[in-house]
Amino acid sequence: MTINDIINPANLVYAKTKVMNDVPMHYCPGCSHGVVHKLIAEIIEEMDFQEKTIAIAPVGCAVFAYKYLDIDWQQAAHGRAPALATAVKRLLPDRLVFTYQGDGDLAAIGTAETIHAANRGENIAIIFINNGIYGMTGGQMAPTTLMGMKSSTSPNGRTVPLNGHPLDITKLLAQLDGTCYVTRQSVHTVGTVRKTKKAIRLAFENSMAGKGTSVVEIVSTCNSGWKMTPEASNDWMVENMFPVFPMGDLKNL
Amino acid sequence: MAKIKGAVVVNVERCKGCNLCVVACPSNVLALNKEANSKGYNYSAMVDADSCVGCAACALVCPDACITVYKVRI
Repeated sequence: MTINDIINPANLVYAKTKVMNDVPMHYCPGCSHGVVHKLIAEIIEEMDFQEKTIAIAPVGCAVFAYKYLDIDWQQAAHGRAPALATAVKRLLPDRLVFTYQGDGDLAAIGTAETIHAANRGENIAIIFINNGIYGMTGGQMAPTTLMGMKSSTSPNGRTVPLNGHPLDITKLLAQLDGTCYVTRQSVHTVGTVRKTKKAIRLAFENSMAGKGTSVVEIVSTCNSGWKMTPEASNDWMVENMFPVFPMGDLKNL
Repeated sequence: MAKIKGAVVVNVERCKGCNLCVVACPSNVLALNKEANSKGYNYSAMVDADSCVGCAACALVCPDACITVYKVRI
């Protein structure tokens, strides 16, 4: 049997979902954002929610997310995605509303909006990409930057006297009464990609069931900002990020 | 015992040559091509097509959704 015999629509196992369009993504090669975009697109297709989803894009690398997924998007001011999502979900409660934010957006400038939206128990899902750095603006230190981690604004590594401790905002959100599901996942291997897909799907279902706020943190890599290859970034993430941001559910009601 | 054969098709122009599919493949089917696409990326391609079992590991970890996977039982 030749390869051309195998390559036949009847034998198809996996193809790009139609919810994700053919526009080439601007992300750096190997960026975790692409995998998460793909998972969200697949879940929306599986749930048949393409016409009923309103996503809120952040400021950060994912600011252009609206170009790649064929669903309705709103672009929020920096950090204000949960506030905008609150408004959208309250006005149109039959829609699936989620925010897609990075650590600089959600855990720094948007801390107030995030905590209060979660505390009010808004029926939204928050997808939180944590790569420990401000990727878009050139690798500056973020609240989630690890101790000793070098960034363009902490060239000798983060220190407690000067910069304080890394902020574990997901743990903080898990303690609020408004959240129903808080989990931390990653997308660096096949198994973790599958787990993350299940987690995001559950978050979307919780949102539609009106159970409260769901938060899915995805510990990610920023190989350009970390100045490593995509493969080395994944190894570095497992070795250094996972001990500080351990995988698993923090809350599942 | 039924044998499973797979094949992958890489969207050459969409591929950014990040190498994550090459690392993820359990059968070492993929490798980065010496030739580059129009953007200058050494795209991923099958070098050992006979070993492919169509497990879709490469496609799952691909950040740019460039890989389509096919599988047959013989």
